[in-house]
Amino acid sequence: MPSLDDLKKRIKSVKSTQKITKAMKMVAAAKLRKAQENAEKGRPYSQKMQNIILNLTKSISDPQNAPKLLVGTGTDKTHLCVVLTADRGLCGGFNSNICKLAKTSFKKILSDGKNLKIITVGSKGLDQIKREYEKYIIKKFSFKDRKEITFKEAETIGNEIVNLFEKNEFDKCILFYNNFKNVITQIPQAQQIVPADKTPIKKNEENLSYEFEPEEDEILEDLLPKNISTQVFKAFLENAASEQGSRMTAMDNATRNAGDLVDKLTINYNRSRQASITKELIEIISGAESL
Amino acid sequence: MSEKFTIEIISPNKSIIKTESSEVVIPSFEGEMGILKDHIPLITFLRPGIININAGSEQKFFVEEGIVEFSNNNLLILSSTAVEVTKMNKKFIDSLISVSEKKLDNNEISDKERYLLSYKLETLRNINQ
Repeated sequence: MPSLDDLKKRIKSVKSTQKITKAMKMVAAAKLRKAQENAEKGRPYSQKMQNIILNLTKSISDPQNAPKLLVGTGTDKTHLCVVLTADRGLCGGFNSNICKLAKTSFKKILSDGKNLKIITVGSKGLDQIKREYEKYIIKKFSFKDRKEITFKEAETIGNEIVNLFEKNEFDKCILFYNNFKNVITQIPQAQQIVPADKTPIKKNEENLSYEFEPEEDEILEDLLPKNISTQVFKAFLENAASEQGSRMTAMDNATRNAGDLVDKLTINYNRSRQASITKELIEIISGAESL
Repeated sequence: MSEKFTIEIISPNKSIIKTESSEVVIPSFEGEMGILKDHIPLITFLRPGIININAGSEQKFFVEEGIVEFSNNNLLILSSTAVEVTKMNKKFIDSLISVSEKKLDNNEISDKERYLLSYKLETLRNINQ
């Protein structure tokens, strides 16, 4: 049985933890609104970009000479996995969900006898992946010191991917991130970006014949590297919103748990206080009676 | 029948403008291009220049690059660098100019880059006047 003093100390410490989690939740909620807005605003760009590429691919006459970024190198010997995670913890299952999905893919790639290369973005994912797959990591990015992630940062990563591709360092590139569905649901996702994903977002029946200026291949050559940066940027935005959403729910739960704990401890505390008072009374009364 | 079509400029962060217009002039890679209603479907990309939207009053946007798609009387411009000209201040333009000039001095750049940079400088200098 802990003493009264111990109980008092514990209640105090749980209460201060609760204060922290509550504050974190509120900060996350405020940031979430902004991040969510950004994610939603960013969606049309990447979607329409994808659409244009689809339209372009449809009208390519000579698939043999199409840019490699679009059709791939013909093999899929080496896989490049880009894992996007947060730089901060305390956000529930956010980071581990991405890593879990990534690790399952890693396992599959390796068991298929293919080469694996990993780029990590964000320090939390790096910590988790490093443990088992350190020798496969070829590059680490972290934007810890940036307040806000802009298109520029996405471009750095996009350019890096394109560079590696041009050096024939990989055949297939997959992006891992959390897709923001709503505050409580974030879905970890693996998106293939090289060769470009050619599944239509929605079926459009009409098949317009476009006029191209300059030629299709020239446009595609310009567009595809840009598309990679765009997809990375989209993943960033989705990730940022997911991180805040995930943190908010996690901190909300933590606050509630702390509240429950405080209640329980307070009852315990009151009971043992009452017990000691009763005990003292009994001692006094029985002492008086014996006189 | 109205002679207008919708135009939308989208940057990676947000939709910059969505409006109706009867004529838009875009700085396409191979030259300025005026687009009217019922233009045939078109995909092209941009060089640095000014997008001129004529919707009653004129609106101008500076772009460095971008992709344009026109279909079903929808003009869609995707650009990560579009800025409305009236919102550009002199300091911003000057810094862009000096950066471009420095790049242009470098002899190792390709012809294509040189072509794009010279257009960028020309447009910026024009705005500055």
